[in-house]
This record gives sequence, structure tokens and C-alpha cells, in this order.
Amino acid sequence: MKESFRLAVVSAGTSDPSSTRLLADRIADRVVTLAAQDGHPVTVSVVELRELAADVSQALVSQLITPRLRAAITTLADADAVVVSTPVYKAGPSGLFKSFVDVLDNDLLIAKPVLLAATAGTARHALVADDQLRPLFAYLRAMTVPTSLFAAPEDWADPALNQRIDRAGRELVLLMESGFARAVRDESWDSYQHELGTAAGRYPDDDDDDEPAIQLNTDLMRLAAGGSTRPDQG
Amino acid sequence: MQFGIFSVSDITRDPVSGETPSEAERIDAIVQIAQKADEVGLDVFAIGEHHNPPFFSSAPTTLLATIAATTKRLIMSTATTLITTNDPVRLAEEYAMLQHLAKGRVDLMLGRGNTAPVYPWFGQDIRESLPLALENYNLLHRLWREDVVDTADGSFRTPLQGFTSVPRPLDDVPPFVWHGSIRTPEIAEQAAFYGDGFFANNIFWPKEHFMQLIRFYRQRFEHYGHGTKKQAIVGLGGQAYIARRSQDAKSEFRPYFNEAPVYGHGPSMEDFMEMTPLSVGSPQEVIDKTLTFREHFGDYQRQLFLVDHAGLPLKTVLNQLDLLGEEVVPVLRQEIAARQDPETPEAPTHASLVRAKYGSEAPRQPRPNANRGDNVTSGSPYTDTGETAA
Repeated sequence: MKESFRLAVVSAGTSDPSSTRLLADRIADRVVTLAAQDGHPVTVSVVELRELAADVSQALVSQLITPRLRAAITTLADADAVVVSTPVYKAGPSGLFKSFVDVLDNDLLIAKPVLLAATAGTARHALVADDQLRPLFAYLRAMTVPTSLFAAPEDWADPALNQRIDRAGRELVLLMESGFARAVRDESWDSYQHELGTAAGRYPDDDDDDEPAIQLNTDLMRLAAGGSTRPDQG
Repeated sequence: MQFGIFSVSDITRDPVSGETPSEAERIDAIVQIAQKADEVGLDVFAIGEHHNPPFFSSAPTTLLATIAATTKRLIMSTATTLITTNDPVRLAEEYAMLQHLAKGRVDLMLGRGNTAPVYPWFGQDIRESLPLALENYNLLHRLWREDVVDTADGSFRTPLQGFTSVPRPLDDVPPFVWHGSIRTPEIAEQAAFYGDGFFANNIFWPKEHFMQLIRFYRQRFEHYGHGTKKQAIVGLGGQAYIARRSQDAKSEFRPYFNEAPVYGHGPSMEDFMEMTPLSVGSPQEVIDKTLTFREHFGDYQRQLFLVDHAGLPLKTVLNQLDLLGEEVVPVLRQEIAARQDPETPEAPTHASLVRAKYGSEAPRQPRPNANRGDNVTSGSPYTDTGETAA
């Protein structure tokens, strides 16, 4: 058996079941099937933002990350790929979805493959995934797959949606299999900006004698140790 | 182990009475709170620094001098002194002066300040906050240790030529400095480099952030040869509301919690207690929770409690201090003494720093030479060092 993958699914649908979750589940099933054809087992973990609504709003206003929210963040940190699915409200992704992304550390999704999906009550919102979700995940330096998915009411009866799910799912599987995210993490993690204690850059917890996982060879660190930031000074 | 209180200096509407104290009332109250802290046997009173309403503490050394004059053993400190927007020259002068007047009962805690509009009021820019803080402290450190300072470099401040910060620190021993930070490793590095203390406010965040930073500080303190990791000087914040009966504490504090600046209107008090160091309960509950801090951060030297914020009326705060001083801190002193690693040092005081520098010798008492009109001409401005001016 080949390497197994972890897929995280984030759904911002609000009814139970929601069409947003339904779309996410169809994508996840397809990803599992396609990866299995290549011999890779995939474990799927779903983050239902509806259940975290209070935790997300608390985190926004008080910087307090509840254990439930922390668990969701850890699911993303541990994932090899992510599917995000949000309803479109007022011509944009749902406020809950954006708020959840707002409380994530900037380095949580660096180089991770992300599949973008949105649902709406009208086809007029069809570009929200590409116009609004894609730049959001570009800011997070995630690796969004080329095909985004959108479902308005008419799409649920259209076989073309399944074809697009198949295409986007294949893109996600190929990116996972390429090992790109891990390679970036192994080879150039320090070249990205990180804050201390983010979920992505978890500190080695127990071994007190570990070298600190903190960059010491920087201008600011030299200034902290009584030196100067100017290149010509000690 | 030192115990004390720290105040943000917020002037907040009392959500129970509906009254907002005047600036005059709140300033009177803080002096009484500090005096009470001394009376009930606490070790430290620390005041914040802010330059915008609804805070009052823009001139901490003036306040602390008043408190020093009317207390006996309390140590004056800050939480925090802005090392970014204050000129390090003024900090060197003001805190040395305070140190003299308080007979050495002074230390200070430095912080950067995270309110962007404050910076331009003092000619600074928050985007440069970190290098500004690091450079300013490098200079402050020198100003207290060198009679005459010349600076060739420095990106932020006018270079100094032949500058002497007066008065020289009491007994020529600078006040001990703590560096406060939430998640900035450079600040921990600077504290470790100089062998200064490191303080984690420990109030708003899950403790894991502070644990990482303190662990880093301890490693670097040892790296720079100031002692072992266990000998690094760590202080922690915390907040408590105490009543004899646990239920009373919760029902009395809840309206203040619910409307508190920063975390009010957010998490429930119970969730907040579970996830942060806040304890609201009986003396025993506060003791039990405080005793868990050392399990997370290692043995430490200073514990400060926030007790006077969120509109709590003076009478309530004074009552809190009675309970803290009489029922909580004495037990904590005993329990911690019994549990802590024997290698754990005490927090430095002026007396211990004088002993460390001079042993049984008399401390240096700088006496200036006659006025030369400037400090630049030549030699030392003091009679006991080097040649005098011609």
C-alpha cells in the first residue's frame, strides 16, 4: 500500500444538511476514490463551521482560541490537502467562513493544495470562488487547484457538475501525490514569515534541551543581543 | 518569591452602579490601592503607561514617587513602561531619580505598546516598533552603566556625544529591568542577553504561547552565561477575584467580567477561567489555580495580580487586597517555598544587586566635579573616576 493522505474538509453551510456540505462531501468522496485508484488511502476530517460559530466569533474579539476551535485548526495543520466550501451571501463568501479564515495563523496553509467550492441561490454568483476565495488563499500562500467548483440550483441536476468535480478532484490528488507542500516545508519553511507559536510551526514540546525552533541569525536578533542593524557595525 | 498587583490604569464605568469615576477619583483611588498593598504585606505595585483616554497613567514616575513616599517596603514597578515612544534618555533620568527618592524600591518592566496612533504622537512609527524597542533599550542599558556615553550608531535617536545621564543610579546600581512580551522572541532574546527578567502578562492568551517564549528565554539566559535555565528570572501576571464563598465571588465578579474591556462581551466567565489564568472563587480556589502556574512555566520569581480593572469600585478592590494579603499570599508563600526547586533564585532587589556588585565594600557615590558648562570638554564629570577637567 502506498502512502496515506489526510484530507480536511471545511464547510460553512448553515442548514443540516446544507447544499454547501453536500457539495463538499461529493468532492471529498471523489478525492478518496481517485486517490484509491492510485493506491493511496485517504482519511477525511470534516470541520463544520456552523458548530464553531460561537468559538470563531469569540476568537475574533478576544483572541481566545477555544479547545474546539484549536482542534479544527490542528485538523488543517495536519492535512495533506483541504477542500473549502462556502455558501455565497451578498455576493461574497459567508461571513462565518471569512471569520474562520481571519483567525487562522498566516502560515497555517503554506503550499498546501486547496480546492475552492461555493454554492449560491443563483448562477449570478458563479465567479465568487475565483474572484474572492482564490485571492484569500493566495494571501495565505496556499496552492489552490486550477478548477474551482460552484453550484447554483440548476447545477444539481446537471451532469456537468460531476465532470467538474472529477476534474478538480484529480487536480487535488495530483498535487497531494506530488509532495509539493511537504517539500516546501522541508526545504524553505524558514524563508516565510512566521509568528511564534503558530499551529503550523509547532514548537518541540517536551524535550527541554532541543535547540530553540526560533531563527537566531537575523538582524533583529543581533540588535537584541546588543548589536546594530547596520551592516557596517558590530 | 514576590507577590504584588499590577494596574492597567483604566477608568471604566462600574457596570453595577452605572457610575464612571472621574480622573481625580481614580487617581486618588490608585494611591490608596498601592498603600493598601503595602499594608497587607504585598511586595510589588506596578502601574501601566498609556497616553489616551480612558486611561490615566501617562506619568508613572510621578505617581510612583508619591506612593514611594507613603509606603514602607513596597517595590514600585511598571507594567509596562513604553520603550518605544519614550526617549531612552528621559527614561534613564526619570527612573534613576525615582530610584533615589524611593531608596532603591524601584524596578521597571518594558513593553512596546500596540496602539498604532500613539506612536506618531511621539514622533515614532509602529511599523518600526521592534527595532525601536531593541535599540532604545541597548541605549538605556548603557546610560545607566556608563558615566559618559557616546553613540556613533543608532537609527532612531540623535547620536549622543559626551552625554551623562543624571542622577547616576542609586549606589551606581541600575534598577532591575523586566521585559514583557506576548509572542516576540527578539524581546526574550534581549532579556536573556542582558541577564534581565522576563515577564509574561499571562492574561489574555492560552498559556502555550507564554510557555514557548519563557522556555526560549530560559535557554538563552543559560546560553549567555547568566546562570542555568532554572536561575533565569521570570515573572507572571494573572487575575483573580476572591470572596470567602466561591459562589459569591462568581456572582459579584460576573457583571464586571461581562463588560470588561478587551474580553467582555465575548467568552463566558466559566470558559475564560478554564482557558486562561483567571481565577474567580474562594481563597483556596485562587491558591490552587496559582500553584499550577509553576507547573507550566517552571519556578518563578514574581507573581502580579490584576485586581482593579473593569470598573471595580475602590471599596471592592481594597477588600480584595485584604483577602489577597491575608488569606491567599501567605499560603502561596508557604506552599511555593515547600515545592520549589532549591536552585530557584529570589527576584533581584536593590539590596541584592548592591551586595552582588560590592560585597562588603561601600557602594560608589558619584560626586560631580565643578560645572564645566558641558560634558564634552574631557575626562569624567565625577571626582572618583579618572582625571578631572583641566
